[in-house]
Amino acid sequence: MRRPPFEAVVARYGPTVLRVCRAVLGPTAADDAWSETFLSAMRAYPDLRPDSNVEAWLVTIAHRKAIDQRRAESRRAIPTGDLPERPSRDGVPGGWETDLWAALEALPLKQRQTVAYHYLAGLPYAEIAELLGGSPDAARRAAADGIAALRRTYLKGAAAS
Amino acid sequence: MTAPGTSADHDLFAALPEVDEEAQHRLHARLAAAADEAGILDVAYRTIDTPVGGLLLAATERGLVRVAYDVEGHELVLEQLADRVSPRVLRAPARLERAARELDEYFAGRRSRFDVPLDFRLSHGFRRTVLSHLSEIGYGKTASYAAIAAAAGNPRAVRAVGTACRTNPLPVVVPCHRVVRSDGTLGQYAGGADVKRALLALEAAA
Repeated sequence: MRRPPFEAVVARYGPTVLRVCRAVLGPTAADDAWSETFLSAMRAYPDLRPDSNVEAWLVTIAHRKAIDQRRAESRRAIPTGDLPERPSRDGVPGGWETDLWAALEALPLKQRQTVAYHYLAGLPYAEIAELLGGSPDAARRAAADGIAALRRTYLKGAAAS
Repeated sequence: MTAPGTSADHDLFAALPEVDEEAQHRLHARLAAAADEAGILDVAYRTIDTPVGGLLLAATERGLVRVAYDVEGHELVLEQLADRVSPRVLRAPARLERAARELDEYFAGRRSRFDVPLDFRLSHGFRRTVLSHLSEIGYGKTASYAAIAAAAGNPRAVRAVGTACRTNPLPVVVPCHRVVRSDGTLGQYAGGADVKRALLALEAAA
């Protein structure tokens, strides 16, 4: 029942989880989601089965925290029926906080999640389907559509500038 | 785990830093504070630089639980803490502030006893009894293994006293370096004989 010190988990997976949180939630909300994720993971860590896939476990927690956070945001916002579009903040011109996030934010949430979980965290589509519901094929299609849209919007914009 | 897909797909995210040191540092500090606040920071640790090398300091909510020399291997010590105390181990210097200050003062020759609360949970039975008698040896003094065995109520257990000293989880703070052989030679020490000699010299000079 040996488990590495939690510090090693933070060091090894912290950067990837932050990339995922940033890609799904944007620059501002990502910090809160990361913090909630690791606090919650640390609480549960002694009970984690030693043979578990730690990265997938963390992405699952981050996914739930992101949902909680978006719910809380939409409760605070004027109920229009749609999730609010938030302008990018703290953006460095030319940095990911502006151009890449603008392109990611324009994607439907499910595409953004699928792209982040697959391309940034390396989760297989079968596991993503378990997280998001739907079939692995649907997850694969969502990721493909998301990547195609990013190529059209973000890469084209980057090439033009 | 390597992310699948073509490298061109990954280039899409090149602007998003793979490791953002500044953010990781900030978020780590925030996690340490939140975990402490939530009562789930079972083991906090930090390292300090001293004249006898880097020391790892670790504390539970009860008190200082481990002091470890470089030669013990800090990574290994942290794994042992994860096994024997709790895997909720985090680098969190705030809890060790007082211990670090007292050790700084000790190595500067300005402190002759430690006041930080101690957690003796890594030591059991006779070894723990031995450790409880070590603080009776005053600063700058030494005692023999045989004398400590007698004080601990088992005059024949001289070798066991040696083991208790060598496996002391709280060296420097619990002064096993003040226990020497009856013939005056130093005997073994977790940080090495040179470190033991240096500590005794420091105390003799102060």
